[in-house]
Amino acid sequence: MSGSRLAIVGHRLLQAVPSIIGIIVVTFLLTRALPGDPAAYFAGPAANEESIAQIRAQLGLDKSLPEQFWVYVVDLVDGDLGTSLTTGQEVTDDILRRLPASLELTLAALIFSIGVALPLGIMAALRENSWIDHLCRVVVTAGVSLPTFFTGLFLLYIFYYLLGLAPAPLGRLNILYLSPEPVTGLYTIDALIAGDFDTFWASFTQLILPSITLGLFSLAPVARMTRAAMLQVLGGEFVRTARAAGLSRRTVVITYALRNAILPVITTLGMVFSFMLGANVLVEKVFAWPGIGSYAIEALIASDYAAVQGFVLTMAILFVILNLFIDIIYTLVDPRVGIDS
Amino acid sequence: MSALPPTKDTTPTGGRQRSAKVFWSQLVYIATGNPVTLIAFSLFLMIVIIAIFGPVLAPYDPLASNASNALQPPSWDHWFGTDNVGRDVFSRVLVATRLDLLISITAVAISFVVGGFLGMLAGYYGSWWDRLVGRMVDTIMAFPLFVLAMGIVAAAGNTVENIVYATAIINVPFYARVARAEVNVRRNAGYVLAAKLAGNSDIRVMALHVFPNALPPMMVQVSLNMGWAILNAAGLSFIGLGVQPPTAEWGIMVAEGANYIVSGEWWMAIFPGAALMLAVFTFNLMGDGLRDLVDPQRRT
Repeated sequence: MSGSRLAIVGHRLLQAVPSIIGIIVVTFLLTRALPGDPAAYFAGPAANEESIAQIRAQLGLDKSLPEQFWVYVVDLVDGDLGTSLTTGQEVTDDILRRLPASLELTLAALIFSIGVALPLGIMAALRENSWIDHLCRVVVTAGVSLPTFFTGLFLLYIFYYLLGLAPAPLGRLNILYLSPEPVTGLYTIDALIAGDFDTFWASFTQLILPSITLGLFSLAPVARMTRAAMLQVLGGEFVRTARAAGLSRRTVVITYALRNAILPVITTLGMVFSFMLGANVLVEKVFAWPGIGSYAIEALIASDYAAVQGFVLTMAILFVILNLFIDIIYTLVDPRVGIDS
Repeated sequence: MSALPPTKDTTPTGGRQRSAKVFWSQLVYIATGNPVTLIAFSLFLMIVIIAIFGPVLAPYDPLASNASNALQPPSWDHWFGTDNVGRDVFSRVLVATRLDLLISITAVAISFVVGGFLGMLAGYYGSWWDRLVGRMVDTIMAFPLFVLAMGIVAAAGNTVENIVYATAIINVPFYARVARAEVNVRRNAGYVLAAKLAGNSDIRVMALHVFPNALPPMMVQVSLNMGWAILNAAGLSFIGLGVQPPTAEWGIMVAEGANYIVSGEWWMAIFPGAALMLAVFTFNLMGDGLRDLVDPQRRT
């Protein structure tokens, strides 16, 4: 049984290869789609013929397209994404330094949205057409209609300006605090590891509003799917049998129904991540969160192409990894896998 | 509704009138049976009217600044207040409707045509067409879509047209998938085989016999997608891509108001944001209503 699961996981790993090749080809094509002559563009307005030619050779733009692609791939394997024009640093370093901030935000948002959406969907399915079902419907419809940046600003106005409960939207940590010793890169966890509860609390309060903003957006598809899947499963014969056999309500709902209903929910997580990684950029801008999203925005405004490309590539690779992860969880959770074969 | 006329032509000539009648009675049934759908259709009408007549309805010039009257909270003179250079927020929100709708409608129309065409080729011919289109769709879907849109705008240049193209490209997979699935199940249907046997060319069969039947589910996709397209376009202009100030556009207006929210001038960001939300909400509700109309089995 575990052998067939392993085989499925291995097969799924192989399936990710074409996606990654596709991503690399697209990001390569995006660079070459720069309007006009990229070399003249990188050389700046004060450049003459000679310096443009020099930069063209330096960028490898005088070679043929397949050759350029080969150079690009070799650089990628080395982890070389070029140099950022705005920061003057290696793009890879910039992104790696800022990635933990984005990951912490996304992770917190995910915990929030699953923590709210799963119980909400389950309750809505258990008591169809009750007030909680209506609440679920309102949340689901409103959730997908809310522009993330609007929700963020709205929450800021209420919790920062009116109530004074939330800290100012100025990044991950108030400047009064020193960032904790980096272990995982996630401030809240690092502060806990260091045993520094003041810093933990400070970074945690900074994290609350952005992650709720991001979480609210992704809550809708999860709650909707949970409700639909639970309704379907609860109508199944095996649930009726379990009930008739006198099993406790808890066992029927959690062990019998939820274990089966969770599968379609896990598959929607793929789409949820696609939304979240995109919405991340907007949330980071609203809360001045120093992640890779705000890095990309700065780079976009400054037409810093290498940085934007690095950002798109990083996000896409992250997305592939997350999807892979979801599929592996799916095979591990699915009670049917390995039984037929 | 623009969705309706094509459906009339779907069935063979004899049943045309009858099916249109059935469709209308179903529309009335669903609209009256579900007040939410009725509200959605009314809101949609209102948005369209504002988009068309916005500049006429606006009480002030959306671009006229008045420094002595800056940052005024909502009042009888200025329903939504004034912004940091004294422009009337209400007028700007009204006028922006047209631009926002135009961007998203154009984008969705492009993805409808391109995605529908590719999906139809894949579903009708199968084999390597199917693999080619499938690979393309998978490659686009391998990116977080908003991030891909950012990358496209960055590469192609920071203009409004490129916002439209980027939004269109990230929506193509949805239409291609729907069209492929719908065409695929009808490929060997009796009426398609009969049409082929009667000597019709592949293109004619696809255009006149297969496509009209795949249209209703695609129209549902359009409505569900519209809201998302508006959100995407507004998101891109929120981060400073595409539409440039001082043009009135919801995303930009929220971005301009964002700096003032921490000092309490909420009306600059909240009103355009609410307008955006209302538009997206309307399209989502309408999509659900249309889905009920087209596919009664999935009614929620």
